[in-house]
Amino acid sequence: MSAHEREEIETHEQRALGFWLYLMGDAVIFALLFATYAIMIPGTAGGPTGKELFELDNAAIETVLLLVSSMTFGFASLQVKAGNRGAVLAWLAITFLLGAGFVFLEVREFAGMIAKGAGPDRSGFLSAFFTLVGTHGVHVTMGLIWIVVLGAQVALKGLSMPVASRLHRLGLFWHFLDIAWVGIFSIVYLPGLL
Amino acid sequence: MEHQPPHALRSYLIGFVLAVILSAVPFWLVYTHALPPQRTLLVIGIAAVLQVLVHLRFFLHINFTTTPRENVLALVFTCLLLFIMVGGSFWIMFDLHSRMLL
Repeated sequence: MSAHEREEIETHEQRALGFWLYLMGDAVIFALLFATYAIMIPGTAGGPTGKELFELDNAAIETVLLLVSSMTFGFASLQVKAGNRGAVLAWLAITFLLGAGFVFLEVREFAGMIAKGAGPDRSGFLSAFFTLVGTHGVHVTMGLIWIVVLGAQVALKGLSMPVASRLHRLGLFWHFLDIAWVGIFSIVYLPGLL
Repeated sequence: MEHQPPHALRSYLIGFVLAVILSAVPFWLVYTHALPPQRTLLVIGIAAVLQVLVHLRFFLHINFTTTPRENVLALVFTCLLLFIMVGGSFWIMFDLHSRMLL
């Protein structure tokens, strides 16, 4: 291994740690939004409750989409290591479609709630709901943009060390978002519909 | 393929199957109301904690041997922070609720 290669691996490891620290900070943000939501559940101000607004089918489909997308991203990561550019692009495209389906369902849910007069301005409960679930949705949307950018880099530059290193960090981000979603369906949707 | 552990694909598949089970059980309980609400909540909580651990282990590949020490330390420190901040928020807010007779 040349000195240059060793340097590149070291840079990659430093960036992976830096990104991991960012994700831990993000985890703190999500945890506090969860705490805020849990405290605000009774604060409906006479407006609709979760039981009247949430749809179990929608949450179940969103869960499936995100979980399968986490696995397909894992398959893309394996193909990065194997050096199969075409297969990486194919799995990234599938991951993108699953993530886009998730965002579509979430936007549709939000639009339906706002149309019913249950927007974030209706009550403290709904402010907390839109902040928590919306923050997660924005993260997924950013992840989708990131997938497109890195897909383009894979297509144009190939699976070079810097591109593979970026794909590794995107993988951490994408799997992390699925963990945040486990919290959302376990704290927001399932208890809300009980 | 040379650096790839032979069980890498299996890790994602095992993680996926476990995550499906740990999602299906709480969703099924809420769909069917098979258990009383208190017990269902308990199952939802346990399944969620287990599923987070499954994701960390099989998707993010966190373990105590190959994961860099700094990453594990950062994760443990984050858990401590979460315990203090979330636990503290609940303590203050529920105390406030009961004192103000809300």
